[in-house]
Amino acid sequence: MTRIERNAVEVHGIVKHYGETKALDGVDLTVREGTVLGLLGPNGAGKTTLVRVLSTLIKPDAGTAFVGGYDVLHQPKQLRRTIGLTGQYASVDELLSGYENLYLIGRLLDLSGKEAKARAAELLERFSLTEAARRPAKGYSGGMRRRLDLAASMIGRPKVLYLDEPTTGLDPRTRNEVWDEVQRMVGEGSTVLLTTQYMEEAEQLADALTVIDKGRVIANGGIQELKAQVGGKSLQVRPLRPAELPEMARCLRESGVPATFSDESGLLSVHLTDEEQLTTVIGALGTRGFGIAGIDTKLPSLDEVFLTITGKPSVPAPARDKEPVA
Amino acid sequence: MSTATLSPAPASAPSRASGDDTRIGLRANLRHLGALTRRNLMRIKADPESMLDALLVPVIMILLFVYVFGGAMATNQHEYMQYMVPGLLGTTGLNLAMALGTGLNTDFQTGVMDRFRTLPIGRSAVLLSKMIAETLRALVAFAVLIGFALLLGLEVKGGPLNLLAAVGLSLVFGASLMWVSMLLGMALRSAQAVQGMAMIVMMPLQFGSSIFANPSTMPGWLQAFTKHNPLSALADACRALINGGAVGNSVVTVLIWSAAITVVTAPLAVARFRKRT
Ligand SMILES: Nc1ncnc2c1ncn2[C@@H]1O[C@H](COP(=O)(O)OP(=O)(O)OP(=O)(O)O)[C@@H](O)[C@H]1O
Ligand SMILES: [Mg+2]
Repeated sequence: MTRIERNAVEVHGIVKHYGETKALDGVDLTVREGTVLGLLGPNGAGKTTLVRVLSTLIKPDAGTAFVGGYDVLHQPKQLRRTIGLTGQYASVDELLSGYENLYLIGRLLDLSGKEAKARAAELLERFSLTEAARRPAKGYSGGMRRRLDLAASMIGRPKVLYLDEPTTGLDPRTRNEVWDEVQRMVGEGSTVLLTTQYMEEAEQLADALTVIDKGRVIANGGIQELKAQVGGKSLQVRPLRPAELPEMARCLRESGVPATFSDESGLLSVHLTDEEQLTTVIGALGTRGFGIAGIDTKLPSLDEVFLTITGKPSVPAPARDKEPVA
Repeated sequence: MSTATLSPAPASAPSRASGDDTRIGLRANLRHLGALTRRNLMRIKADPESMLDALLVPVIMILLFVYVFGGAMATNQHEYMQYMVPGLLGTTGLNLAMALGTGLNTDFQTGVMDRFRTLPIGRSAVLLSKMIAETLRALVAFAVLIGFALLLGLEVKGGPLNLLAAVGLSLVFGASLMWVSMLLGMALRSAQAVQGMAMIVMMPLQFGSSIFANPSTMPGWLQAFTKHNPLSALADACRALINGGAVGNSVVTVLIWSAAITVVTAPLAVARFRKRT
């Protein structure tokens, strides 16, 4: 242990197949102690599967993984002392109140009755659940459950925290609240592995990113590094007639330039990999008679980084509410 | 593990040989058991209807059978009550064993089991706490049903000790069915399915037994079934204990059945539970 920078999580060649589905197909990644790694990937990429392997919930078919120096396969009990998990779907006891849910976990983590009580109250306060603390979780809204689940994973002040899409379905205010809490945990020395579909979230919280798709790592590095790796600039086109946005995007794709658009901003964005493409874009749009109100170029956002690497757009706003039936 | 940058993993490699060596101490285990039992009891308290179901069915059966059919089944209602109620009491332990399977199923479905599995606790504590809570629940059910039967005029001629023995026997048999219930709870998709399945199995067993009617009044093929039905032995044993008659080998038969069911199903249930947790 001569090095100062240590890896809290190390994953080597993890494989997990479900029949034909290669949920994980040889994943390697590391998370440095005290940092946040953003794990990005489209639906079905294998993010949840990886988090479950690293939480000892499922056994990989091949590969090794260490968390806090403990072997996922051979030292599950020690490993469980170092981790906290907020899974993709909330895992709260519906019949118990928020407070009782947290108190129970505190007790199971060997806190004394008094400590467990204090810790539960503290976390309920931090996640704005104090008012609902004594009500059964059955009556909580989706966002409240989510927050309760997050609080539950933080009770034991785990050294390594896994958050599987922690802010999906949260409103902007509570999202900020969660980000603050994650940052506080990191400030207290925790390491975080965060899966997300929101580039904004990754940009806000993560020190480094790993992008996976179809069970394989397809990109890896610091946020700035990744942006540099993708290179180029982003071109934004403001159309004269916003109704034409979808057609314009289709026209560009036909000319071999990947383009996305947003009805919200009313902009068409194109990731430019070389200078020639600017001419292609303007030419293609002009020939087809689309009106252009304005153009602008900027450095790529993570969304575009993602699009470039995976060839698929990231999910803009997953409206997923599916939860296992009670 | 070839590079020097991967520091903690090689450092921990030697300890891998000793395996998962942090055993959970007895005191910690008891504390976990206590916390989990408390949780299970709070669940029962938060969902009193589940308790009501377990009580309502026997109460309705007592009222229905004693007052509606009682006259037709025996010379008078009181006599029939002395016949039927002790046998029905005997099934209380096993009705509630089924709650173990539904509870377990719910924990798997809602992800609560996943949460427990990421905590440094023994998986046996999760299971044991459920068994304790269900046993306590069964005791409450016994108290209520016995109180109700006494109110209707049931005579415990065998005395309170024999009554306790009947309760104990019912619990022993119920405990052996907890393993079956556990298997159902892990095999089926929803808690409702577990409950439905339990009903399908229980109904013919209950009615094709000596609980409600003397088997000698039944047709031959049914008699054969009734005679070998463990619920008949259980009903006979409880009846003999409560009414103070000769117990015969009914008690031993129940104990043998309990042991046999446990020996066959407990290892299966535990193996499956270990695999899933
Ligand atoms: N228990 C399972 N049985 C069969 N297939 C599974 C199972 N769990 C995951 N998979 C498959 O493995 C792949 C990866 O799933 P996973 O849940 O890890 O994706 P994800 O990256 O978390 O996706 P999302 O963004 O939708 O949460 C998917 O194709 C999924 O269908
Ligand atoms: Mg997922």
